[in-house]
Amino acid sequence: MPSISYYLGRSARQNVEEALEAAEKNSDHNIFLHLTKKRALERADLIDSGQQGGKLAGVPFAVKDNYLVFDGPTTAASKILENFESPLQATVVERLEAEGAICIGKTNLDSFAHGSSTENSAYGVTKNAIDSTRVAGGSSGGSAVSVALGIVPFALGTDTGGSIRQPASFNGVYGVKPTYGMASRFGVVAMASSTDVMGCFASTASDAELITSIMAGHDDKDATTLPDYYKLGSASQAPLKIGIIEDFMTDATDAGVLTQVNSYIEKLRQNGHSVESVSLPLAKYSLAVYYIVVPAEVASNLARYDGIRYGKRASNVSTLDELYGRSRDEGFVTESKRRILIGNYVLSSGYYDAYYQKAQQVRTLLINEFDDLFHSYDVLVSPVTPTTAFKIGENTDDPIKMYLSDVMTVGVSLAGLPAVSVPAGTSNGLPVGVQLIAQKRNEATLFALAQSVEASQ
Amino acid sequence: MNTWKMTIGIECHVQLATKSKLFSPANNDARDKSPNSVVHPIDYGLPGMLPLLNKEAITLAVKAAKALNAGVAEVSRFDRKHYFYPDLPMGYQITQMYHPTIKSGYVDVPQLDGTVKRVRIHHAHLESDAGKQTHYSDHTLVDLNRAGTPLIEIVSEPDIHSAAEARAFATELYRLMTYSGVTHGDLYHGNMRFDVNISVAPADSETLGKRAEVKNLNSFRSVEKAAEYEFKRQTELLQKGEPIVQETRGWDDAKQRTFSQRSKEDAQDYRYMPDADIPPVILTSEEIARIQETVGLLPADYRKAFENLALDSSVVGTLLANKSHAQIVYDINSSSPTHASRVANWFSSVFKSPDEDAVDASKELLPSIEDLIELARMTEAAELSSTSAKEVFLALVAGETNSRRIAEQRDLLQVSDHSSVTAIVEEVLNDKASQKSIADIQAGNEKAIGYLVGQVMKRSSGKANPGMAQQMIKEKLGL
Repeated sequence: MPSISYYLGRSARQNVEEALEAAEKNSDHNIFLHLTKKRALERADLIDSGQQGGKLAGVPFAVKDNYLVFDGPTTAASKILENFESPLQATVVERLEAEGAICIGKTNLDSFAHGSSTENSAYGVTKNAIDSTRVAGGSSGGSAVSVALGIVPFALGTDTGGSIRQPASFNGVYGVKPTYGMASRFGVVAMASSTDVMGCFASTASDAELITSIMAGHDDKDATTLPDYYKLGSASQAPLKIGIIEDFMTDATDAGVLTQVNSYIEKLRQNGHSVESVSLPLAKYSLAVYYIVVPAEVASNLARYDGIRYGKRASNVSTLDELYGRSRDEGFVTESKRRILIGNYVLSSGYYDAYYQKAQQVRTLLINEFDDLFHSYDVLVSPVTPTTAFKIGENTDDPIKMYLSDVMTVGVSLAGLPAVSVPAGTSNGLPVGVQLIAQKRNEATLFALAQSVEASQ
Repeated sequence: MNTWKMTIGIECHVQLATKSKLFSPANNDARDKSPNSVVHPIDYGLPGMLPLLNKEAITLAVKAAKALNAGVAEVSRFDRKHYFYPDLPMGYQITQMYHPTIKSGYVDVPQLDGTVKRVRIHHAHLESDAGKQTHYSDHTLVDLNRAGTPLIEIVSEPDIHSAAEARAFATELYRLMTYSGVTHGDLYHGNMRFDVNISVAPADSETLGKRAEVKNLNSFRSVEKAAEYEFKRQTELLQKGEPIVQETRGWDDAKQRTFSQRSKEDAQDYRYMPDADIPPVILTSEEIARIQETVGLLPADYRKAFENLALDSSVVGTLLANKSHAQIVYDINSSSPTHASRVANWFSSVFKSPDEDAVDASKELLPSIEDLIELARMTEAAELSSTSAKEVFLALVAGETNSRRIAEQRDLLQVSDHSSVTAIVEEVLNDKASQKSIADIQAGNEKAIGYLVGQVMKRSSGKANPGMAQQMIKEKLGL
C-alpha cells in the first residue's frame, strides 16, 4: 500500500491513470460502482499544467457512493437513486479537491449505508482485500478495499455505527471516525442525522491524520458542524492514561482477535503509557439503543425518496399510494425496508415514549458513562469487532448476528466520540483492528498514539 | 328544551415577513413568481441537503411573543412531522412539537359592545409551509415555491364562545401580527389562515362536546360565518339526539356552509421526532429584551392614545385594522386632537376590514400628515362640505397630493363669501315658490327652513356654505 507521499511530485495524469488501471485490474472485487474517469483526467491535467496545487496535488482518492460528487451518478448503492446525478458536491470533497486531490471513482456500500458487509448493496457484494471469499465489511466496504489493495492511498467513508471502523479492521487499514460535527455532512446522503460522520481510510496513521485535518472544520451549510479546532500534529507525546474496556475483552470476542489486541496493548505499555482495565457497564445496551434511534432517523431521512421529484418512479401506477409504495418497494433493498419499518414503529403514536424516548435516555446515560471514564483516562481501547472478516453469505439470513458485528462500535457513535481503527496484525491470516477512542475533539491524541506504535514496530 | 353553548379554539397560521425561507436562502416572496422558480435544493429535498435555520424567523417569533403577551423559551427545538404528500418534499414538515419558541400568553380582544374578552394563548410554534398542488383530469402538478416558507402557528385555548368573539379574536390577531411586523398580512395571498375548532354542549355542561375543525379560513368574516354555521348544524344534530362526529371540515364560501373532509379515524400518525439536523435555539433574556424593544406601538397603545378623541368603538376598530392609518391619527393627535378625530373618521369610513376591502391597504399610498391636516382645517373652516371632504380624502388615498389643489381642481370649495351668499339667499326668498315655506316658518315651524337652505344650495351648485345660508335666512326673516 503506497502512502500519500508516493504520489506527491509525480505526474498527476500518471497517478490517475495508474489508479484507474488498478481499479479495473481489481474489478472482480466489485469495489467501484462508477469511475469518474473523465473528470479525474481533466483535473489531473489542470494540476500538471500548474493551474492548481495544494497539499494533495495530484493524489488520487476514492469516494463512497453516498457522497454527492460530479461526473456520474450518486446511487448510495440503491436502485431508487440509480440514475441520480447531483448538481453539487459534498463539502468535504470540495475541500479535498481544493488541495489538489483527484477523485477517481465511487465505491460500493451497503445500500444507504445499511449494513456491515456490503452484502446489502443493490449492485453486488464487495470482496475482502485479503480473502475474496470473505466480506469487505461495511457499510464502507468498497472504500476500505480500494485502500487495502493499493488502488488509492486514501478513500472516504461514512460511519454511523461502525461503517468505517469495521471494514478498516476487516481489510487491515486505518479507519477514522471523527468527532460528531468535526466534518461537514453537507452533500452526503443522510442515514442517521445524529450519528453520521464523514471519515477516511488510509494506509498510515499520518496519512489518516492529514486527510482528517483537511476534511475537518466548520461549514455554514451544516449547522451541526463544530467550530474549527483541529491543528495538525498538535498532540503531546507525553505518557497517556489508557483504559481497556473490559466489557469487550470477554470470551464473546474471538480468541485470535483478543490475542492481537492484547499484543497491541502490550506495545502501548512498552511505549511508557499506563494501562488499566475499565468498565463500561451500559455498553451492553448500546446495540439495543442504536437499533431504535438509528432506524427512527433512517425512516425519517429516507422519506424523501418518494419517486416524485427525482430518482426511480415505478411505472404503470394508477394511484398516488401505489406510486409511493411501488417506487419505494422497487427502490429499496430488504435491509432498508426493515429499518424503515422498525423506525416508523418506534416513532408511532403510543410507542414513542416506550422506545425512542427511552432509548434516548439510555443514550444520555451512556454518554455520561464515557464522560466519567474520560475524567480519568485519555484514551480507551477495545477491539473494533468481535471477529475477523466473515464469509460472504454467512450472516445474511440472521440480521441480529449481523448487527452484533457492530457491538463495539455503536456506543462510540451514539456518544459522538472520535475513534480510529488501527491495523493490529492478523488472526489466521485475516486482519484484526484495535479501536482507539478519545474524548470529543481529541482526534490528535489518537493519531499521535497510533503513530508512535506504528513507529515502534 | 336545552340551551346550548358553543366553545371555540382557534389555530392561526401566520406567514412571516422574512426575506428568505425558514431553512433555505430561497426568496420567501412567492407572489407572482412562476412555479418552482424560488426553490433551493434544501426546499427540494435533494439528498445530502441540511436545513439552515433563518435567524430572522426567530427574531420575528420573539416579536410575536411580545404581541401575544407570551414568554419566549430560552431553549426551543425543532421536530419532524412525517406524512407523505407530493407537495412535502422531505416527507416531513419541520415544526416545533415538543419545545416551541413561544410559550403561553393571552390576547385582550375588544368586543363591539366595548367590553374586552381575554383569550388565552396555549403556545405558538414555528414551522415550515408545504408547497401546493394543482390537479388536472389525468395528472397533478406540484409547485414548491411556497415549500419552506416560515409560519408561526398560534394556538388559542378554547376560551371563545360566540361567532362574533371568534371574528373579533381573529381580527385582533391580525392587528397584533401586522403591528409587530411579524407578517405582511396579505390576506389575499393567505398570509394568515385560521383553523377553527368548534364544539357545542348544553349550556350547563362541565365538559365540552365533540369538536369539528373547520380548516383553512382566510378571512375574519369566514371565521365568523363558519362558527355561526357550525353552531347551528351541531345544535340541530344534538336536538335530534344525533351524535357529532369528530372531524375536519372545509368551508364553502360560495354556499356559506361547512362540509366534511375527513373523520378522526382517517387521522394520520405523524411519528414526530426531534430534528437532529437543527441545533437548539438558545435565547438569553438580554437578546429577547433587545429584540422586543424594537416592537413599536401595539393596538392597545393606540386605543389608549385615542381615548381623548371619544371615537365610536366601531370607528376605532376599523381605524386600527391598518397600523399606518392608526399611526397617522396618532401623530396628528399629538398636536391637534380635533383634526385627529376627523381624520380617524375618514379612514374608518373608507377602510372597513382588511379581509374585505377592495383596496389592499398594505399597498395603497399613504396620504401625508400635512395634506390631512390641511383637509381637516378646510373642513373645519367650512370651506368643504363633509361629502366634498371625503372626495378629497379618497383622492389623497389614491396618491394625489395637496388637499387645497385637489379641492380647487374639482371645484369643491364652498362659497363662504358673505355678499355672494347674501345675493343667492335674497333670490330664494323672493322666489314665488318659497312663499309657503316662509309662511310656515313665521307660523313657528322652524323645520321648514330646510327647504330654503336646500334651494340656496341648489342655486349655488352645492358650493354655498349651508350654515352661513341658514343663518342669513333667519336674520332676513327676523328670527
